[in-house]
Amino acid sequence: MSTTAIDVRSVSKRFRLYHEKYASLKEKMIHAGRVPHEDLWALRDVSFDVPEGQTVGILGRNGSGKSTLLKCACGILQPTSGQVVVRGKLAGLLELGAGFQQELSGRENVYLNGSMLGFSKRDVDRMFDDIVDFAELGQFIDNQVKYYSSGMYVRLGFAVAVNVDPDVLVIDEVLAVGDERFQRKCMERVKQFQREGRTILFVSHSPDLVRSICDRAVVLSYGEMVGVGPPGEAIRLFRERLLEAGDDLAASEAAAALDVAPEGPSYEGLVFADPKGGDAAGGGDASEDPAARKVSSLRHAPQESRPVRFTDVSCVLPAGSGRRYLLPGEAVTVRASFDSARAVTGVVFHLEVRGDDGTGLFRTDSDILGLRCDLQAGPGTFEFHLESVPLLDGAYDVNVGVETAQGLSDWREPGCKFEVMNPGRSTGVVAVPVRGALVASGGYAVTADGSVAS
Amino acid sequence: MALEAPAQQPDAGQAGVTSVIDGRGSIATRPKTTRVVSSETRVLARLREIVRSQELLIYLIRTEIKVKYKNSFLGLLWSMISPAMTLAVYTVVFGYFLHNGMPNFVIYLFAGILLWNFFSTGILTATGVIVNNSGLVKKVSFPREILALAAVGSAGVFFFFQACVMVLLMAVLHWAPAWSLLYLVLVAMVPTLVLACALGILLASVNVYMRDTQHLVTVLVGAAWFWACPIVYSFQTTVAIHLKVHHVTWLYFMNPMTILVMTFQRVLYARLTVISKNAPHPILHVLPHWSTITYVWGDGVVLAFALILFYVAMVVFGRLAGNFAEEL
Repeated sequence: MSTTAIDVRSVSKRFRLYHEKYASLKEKMIHAGRVPHEDLWALRDVSFDVPEGQTVGILGRNGSGKSTLLKCACGILQPTSGQVVVRGKLAGLLELGAGFQQELSGRENVYLNGSMLGFSKRDVDRMFDDIVDFAELGQFIDNQVKYYSSGMYVRLGFAVAVNVDPDVLVIDEVLAVGDERFQRKCMERVKQFQREGRTILFVSHSPDLVRSICDRAVVLSYGEMVGVGPPGEAIRLFRERLLEAGDDLAASEAAAALDVAPEGPSYEGLVFADPKGGDAAGGGDASEDPAARKVSSLRHAPQESRPVRFTDVSCVLPAGSGRRYLLPGEAVTVRASFDSARAVTGVVFHLEVRGDDGTGLFRTDSDILGLRCDLQAGPGTFEFHLESVPLLDGAYDVNVGVETAQGLSDWREPGCKFEVMNPGRSTGVVAVPVRGALVASGGYAVTADGSVAS
Repeated sequence: MALEAPAQQPDAGQAGVTSVIDGRGSIATRPKTTRVVSSETRVLARLREIVRSQELLIYLIRTEIKVKYKNSFLGLLWSMISPAMTLAVYTVVFGYFLHNGMPNFVIYLFAGILLWNFFSTGILTATGVIVNNSGLVKKVSFPREILALAAVGSAGVFFFFQACVMVLLMAVLHWAPAWSLLYLVLVAMVPTLVLACALGILLASVNVYMRDTQHLVTVLVGAAWFWACPIVYSFQTTVAIHLKVHHVTWLYFMNPMTILVMTFQRVLYARLTVISKNAPHPILHVLPHWSTITYVWGDGVVLAFALILFYVAMVVFGRLAGNFAEEL
């Protein structure tokens, strides 16, 4: 276990981004030596090693250099400087069925693909039946692959790569292929690989997957390695980076939303940024009543009777931790500062917590909490104290609203965000405190200290 | 869910660190080769990789041939029909219209075309091979030179089929080759193979960066180079005199294919002088009266040149190959 299977030694990779691609001779002559280009460092001085038998995940946002790193490890790209030393036979799964020849039969492609991965006919012969079984192709193995369904195609691609007995497996987000059952089978095979002491290097967008199967993870950000460590640590780091980048994104979206806000018929001065972006500047969304969409029971007050407006909404994390995220079960305070144009009685403050994907997780309001709020004119603050947030990994949106007798006066979506990082290895949404115990074995009860009661 | 672990895998339930795989020893202890991916390219290391991937080369050649004629009715026959057509046209044009007077001109022609087709098909296919297989080059790792070599290799297979036709034709026409010089066929084949591989590798890599290469090569090889070789005409009866007068015979032989083609003709046409079929029936000096050793030496020099070119091609290819995936 002590030997190194993949040794990445200060690997850098520069891409030249040409503003225009001059591929013909004439163009090359004309623009000889002065083709305008930008240098993009897809990888900068990345070093880590993967000991034999370990599974290492690579985490990073889109464009952070994950795939480039894998391609360097596979030898598809040559690093601009530095080197990757691979010990043992490596099978790269960058795209399933990439080496398939449409005109050939599945059988012929298995041999072709196998030899591309560096395995001899004898190796493939021995594994052939397993490959066909695993791919669940049956008699279709002798059909031309161009008649295969996309599912059959990727199944065969995966089956070849995992059955031909590599020492090192490099996987680029291809585990999410096929139907759920096949995915499970792939995962099962990956785990078997781990048990057999093979080395796996893989890229995934799913921190859950990294958490559940990796021994360690590498975090890349803009081509630089920001950390390597146990999956929990790495995921935390990854999310922090994501959060920083997300802040920039949210800021620009908010700015975009501000620009269009005046066009919104009934939302003068109301700022809302759709967290899922894309159509941040879309008038369609702006004209739609977000309050009506999100809190269907609430009705917006007419424009002239909206006395209470939020000035600032923030999530206050536990003091003294110095973290930008919560641990499962920690408390968080949602603080909403507002400004009331006049004295209002019977005001209700609303709170809503949503997941990354918009799933409603929790909703309450001051009325439910048994609070009656009579506001004086002028600025004020309302706080929701969430005493425990029993959530696992994720970024969560907190929406707040304020309602008067006339209807909804203001609605902030998202009012603020918070993140939860899970240091443990459980996955899912809800942090359920859990404990396990073997209570009976071989027909006998097992006592708490592990001994078998007679 | 029926997850069937392959039979030789031990029970997957236990959390053992390494389990033994049948006959091949445990993953941790079995012998492993080390591969280094870096920007430095050593020709020797690349060559070793190629040799290691010889099985892939064979598969790729087989694939190339299978795919080429997969959905055609006549299939592999086409690899013989098209040169047969060329042969027929040239025989009619030069033998009958232009009356070159050579008896069994078709044999002379075939001897040259046989070798030339191997060479030109090889480099023309190889030139586009990286670009045409971009999907593979971008996603699968293997020594890229193999693709160019497979192109030359498949041309070699076609050469074999055409050679069979040639043998048949000679039998039908009762035309005996120079039996004692038959080994010269091999002496000429080897430099041709190396030269085709060298040019194929070189052009395939350059073509990735300058797509003009493909068109340029098609024109140069098909229109210029072909006519610079004594294939459809005889060196001795047509160009030799003129070249000698202008003292540029050496220039003609700078074309490496010239001596190779002439070697083939020497062996297969086998007659140095023939009696013309035309009216006064003069004696035609079809091939020069060189000793065997001249051919061997000539081919040897070409081989040396081809090997140097091969080395250069490997160096250039190695430099360029690192960026194929991003250029495609």
